[in-house]
Parts: sequence; C-alpha cells; structure tokens
Amino acid sequence: MRIGVCIKQVPDTDSHLRIADSGRGVDDSNLNWVISSCDLCALEEALLLAEAEVARGAERPELVVFSLGPARVEEALRKALALGVDRALHLVDEALQGGDAIADGRALAAALAGERCDLVLTGAQSDDLGQAATPAVIAAILSCPYAWLVMAVELDSRSKSLRIVRELEGGMNEVLGLELPALLAIQAGINRPRFASLRGTLQARKKPLRREDCSGLGVDPGLVGAAGAGIEIEAVSLPPAGAGGVVIDGASAEAAAGELIAHLEREAVL
Amino acid sequence: MNFDSLLSGEERLIRDTVRQFVDERVKPIIEQCHREARAPMELAPELGDLNLFGANFTEYGLPGLGDVAYGLVMQELERGDSGIRSMVSVQSSLVMYPILTFGSQEQKDRFIPGLASGRMIGCFGLTEPDFGSNPSAMRTRARRDGDCWVLNGAKQWITNGSVADVAVVWARTDEGIRGFLVEKGTEGFVSAEQHGKFSLRASVTGELSFQNCRIPAENILPGTRGVGSALQTLNQARYGICWGGLGSAMECYHTALEYARQRVQFAGQPIASHQLVQEKLAWMITEITKGQFLVYQLAGLKTAGKMEPQHVSMCKRNNVWVARECAKLAREILGANGISDEYPVVRHMLNIESVYTYEGTHDIHGLVIGAAVTGIPSFNPPMSRRQAREAADRPELAAAAAGAGS
Repeated sequence: MRIGVCIKQVPDTDSHLRIADSGRGVDDSNLNWVISSCDLCALEEALLLAEAEVARGAERPELVVFSLGPARVEEALRKALALGVDRALHLVDEALQGGDAIADGRALAAALAGERCDLVLTGAQSDDLGQAATPAVIAAILSCPYAWLVMAVELDSRSKSLRIVRELEGGMNEVLGLELPALLAIQAGINRPRFASLRGTLQARKKPLRREDCSGLGVDPGLVGAAGAGIEIEAVSLPPAGAGGVVIDGASAEAAAGELIAHLEREAVL
Repeated sequence: MNFDSLLSGEERLIRDTVRQFVDERVKPIIEQCHREARAPMELAPELGDLNLFGANFTEYGLPGLGDVAYGLVMQELERGDSGIRSMVSVQSSLVMYPILTFGSQEQKDRFIPGLASGRMIGCFGLTEPDFGSNPSAMRTRARRDGDCWVLNGAKQWITNGSVADVAVVWARTDEGIRGFLVEKGTEGFVSAEQHGKFSLRASVTGELSFQNCRIPAENILPGTRGVGSALQTLNQARYGICWGGLGSAMECYHTALEYARQRVQFAGQPIASHQLVQEKLAWMITEITKGQFLVYQLAGLKTAGKMEPQHVSMCKRNNVWVARECAKLAREILGANGISDEYPVVRHMLNIESVYTYEGTHDIHGLVIGAAVTGIPSFNPPMSRRQAREAADRPELAAAAAGAGS
C-alpha cells in the first residue's frame, strides 16, 4: 500500500505582500515560505491513516510526498519528511515553472502514476491562488475516483476501499464509498497537524529525496509549465486601502451594539 | 545582516518548528499563566514529544542536536517566556546532563527516559538562602550512615522545585561537595513553592528542605567531584541562556516594531516615522544582531571543545543585558500599553530580572571575565602571591566561584 501526498509551498499568510515590478505577480524575494494549510492537513491525514493501519496489525503503508516548484521547495519536502513521511519526490525543472492547474496537474499526475500510489491526498485548495483545481485535474488524468472537501477518511486496505465524509453547502455532509486507487482533496480543519519532533527533523536528512525533471517524468515539455498553460496572468493588484470602513463611536457598549445591528440590517447582512 | 544565511536548512526547520509550537501552544496561554502565577506544566509531555528535553544529547535515542540548533531551540522557547525556557533548561542541562555525565548506568536507565519524555520533572538544588554567588560555602551536608546518606540543609530559588519528581542536590560531605539524587516523597525531604514573585510567574520556583533525609547510598552521583561538577553543569545551562536572552529581546523588538508601525500619533503618522522611535528600534536590532553573532561563535567554540567559562560569561552577561535593555526600550515605544499584559513586553521585562540574576549574576559574570583577563579573581578573600600566580595560570579556578541560582 502506498499513499502519495501532493503539497504546495506558498508564502506564509503573515507575509507582507508586495507586487513584483513586472506587475504580474508577487515579489517573492523576501517571503517566508510554508506548506499550504490544507496540504498540511492532507499530510497529517496520511500519517494518521498509516498509524491506524499499524494499530490494527496491518503493514504500514509507504508515504511519499510530491511537490512541484523551484529549489526552495526542497525545504517543504524536508518538513514533510520530518513529520514522518518516508520519501519525497521533487518535480524541479525550468520547463515545469509557470504552469497553471492543468499544466501542473499533468506533471504531478505523471509523477504519481510513476509511483503507482493506491491513494493520493492533496489539500482542497492552496492558500495563495485558491483555485481548488489541481487535484481535480490529477484525478481526471489518472481516471480515478475523486472527492473534494473531504472531512473524514476511513481506509479499508483489505477491501481496497474508502469511506469518506464530504462537506456540502448549508452544513450538510455526504458519506461516500470509493474504490482505490482514488484521490481525496482534504478540507482544512479535518485534523490538527502535528509538530515535527526534533528527532524526526534530524532523521529527515537521511530519508530519500529524489529530483525529477521532464524527461525523468516522461512528460512533454510543451504540455507542462508556462508552455503548457492555457492561462496567462496579466496583472495582479492589491485591494484599495481604507475604503468603506465605518467607525462606530458608541458612548456605551449597548449603544454601540445597537448601532452595529442597525448597520448590519441596512447592509442586508441580517 | 542575514544571520539566517549562517544556518543550515535543518537548523532553520528546527527553529521554525519550535517557533510554531510557541506561537500555537505557549503564547495563547502564557499571559493568563503569568496573571495566575501558574506554570503550564501540562506542556511538559508535549515538550517531551517534540524531544525538547535533552535535545542535545545522543543517549537513549535523544536527537543529539548540534550546538547551533540547540541554541535556536532555547531562543524560540524564551521568545515565548523565560519561564518555559527555564523549565526546559533545568530539565535538560541541570538534571539530565549531570545524570548522564556523573551518574551510574542504573541512575541513567531509571531517570533519563522519564525526564526526556516530560512525564517526569527534575530540579537542581545548589543555591541556598545564604549562598547564591558563592555556592562553595554551602551549608547543606550529607553524612554517610551505613548504606544511606543523610542530608540536612535547605535550598532556595529552585526552578521546578516544588513539582519535581527528582532533585539533583549538591551537599558538602567529608570528601568535598557531591551531587545526590533525592526523589519526591523521601522522608525528611519537603519542598514548598515560593510565592510573591514578580518575575518568572509562569514558572515554578521552590524551596527544598532536608531534615535527616535518608537516601540510599546508590543515590550519590558517583562521578561528582567537588563544586566544579556543579559549575560544569551550570555552564551547560548558561549556554542555553545566552541564546534564550536573544529570544526575549527579539519578542520585545518585534512587538515594538509592529506597534510603532500601527500606532498613529501626530498628523496621522505612525510613530515608526519618528526619529526617536527609529533610534530605539535601530539600537535594539543592532544589539540583537551583535548578540546573534556572539552566540554563533560561542556555538563554534563549544562544538570544537574550546568553550571556556569566561566565553559563556561574556555571552550570558551581554545577551541578557541586551534583553533587559530591549524590554525597557520596547516598553517606552508602547507607551501606556507597555505596562499592560495585552502585550508581552512587560512580562519579558519582569522575567528578565530573574535571568539577569540567576545562573551567575550579571556582575559575577563580569568578574569571571575580569579574572580571566587579569588572572586575579576578585570575588574571593585577598590571595597570597602564590595563589595569584596559580590563578593566572588557571583561569578556570576563577570561574569556579561563580555559581548562583538555577
């Protein structure tokens, strides 16, 4: 049994963002990079599934983490290894840079297929672009069952199946049965990601981390990265600062609350 | 100055992990702990699971962190609170270190796994009510009686003192000062929490009292020889404090910087635009950066086995002083908010008063440095010429007098 987890390295949400001189992205020269929060939950879920398998006497599934991106992404992969993942695969190639969800999905699907993962976990969406598209693209290319916004996972490795709970609109949940191999896009908050122990961090150094380029992945460089992207970012901008705010100057808490409620009713929120 | 460029990816990952732990598990509760004068002992098992107890040792499956990574761990813990760092310093450097260094195999097997996991808490009893900077003059005595040692005396200002399962206690014997392991519940051993502290309120400080306390003969730490063994132990903890002080300073600096950017005063400008505020921030970041390079070099000396007591004294003295000054400046920048526990600054300011004094006071460390450069220890009674000559040849003798606090 092999579980693959796809993670994305994103700017820390606390970062002070600055538009790059090109006007088509964020200046990434001075950012703190972290693993996207949903992806951290996907990693934690993989670790929990592996522990549950061991607890019921089954063989521990092998956990493999995948990420696409420049050299800095290795730090995110090392963190995943420190958390307890067994090995890592870094999709790093100039030709892989600048892709959209479809281009990146092609590259990741090729890597996942090469590793023959029984179960693939990703985050439901990334903290930076938030398109929630890459996992669906991967599942489509791999032609495997797919569920988005997954809130709970039960794995039955004997019958090669999954029972999962999905979050729907309006507070409803949906329970699904899926056959392996399958891909699950994990919703944030499904678990509380653990901290890497110091021992785990030091062991991470000795765990295998493989780098793959387009030829190693067997993908056509014309179909991945910027060359394979159908979307081009023309411009990004920050929202205008300070517009639209209302300061409530209440003499007492009750008066202020009353005024706030009046505002909310006027704005048709209530 | 891009200090981070000196760190390996692994060292950064370790620092960031501990920082995240402190952000998520310590900071949300620490102000309340400080208000209630309560040590968050519930964090001990979590600290153990992260391998933060005894992180720089290799025995018993401990991670064996390098000296820089270990220092960064202490820095990040003290960024949260000096009391949390103290809890970890005491457990690791003042309890696990002497057991691993001076203890028997049986003692190690019995205590190290529990201490490493945080399921067992230890403390270090050296300082006495009347003997802080001069531990060599301690009054606590241990007398051999058949297959027991009988302890009499008292220890004060003992971090983790009243909650510890095992105390490393230093006592005078006929063969000089030796270390002993005294377990909680031993007849004749009483511990009590010291109340009324304005500093390290999120840390347990206790008094230990021994009245004809009989402990098994095998509870002596067999490798201890004189007060030097206790001071060798203290040097380990002081190394961590050199880094920890910077953590406290960084927290005050970042709080002040953020506040100065947000706080608008005079013509709608943030106070960060004021020259006097900028000068304070510039002083803080400069001194913190200098302190970082100082401890980085200290780590190199430690790794190379060339760290001398006066090196540790220089770093502890400087970096804790920097933290104390940064707390003051940050408090000024925060104005009235600086005295409120809505911000961490005043808590750090209060805490650092303890750190300034424990593990060798600021002044005593100055004298250790003074003794090292002149060859003349100044804190003992006047020396004979022969003693002065010997001291000039052996600066570690001078350092040996600088004890105090745990």
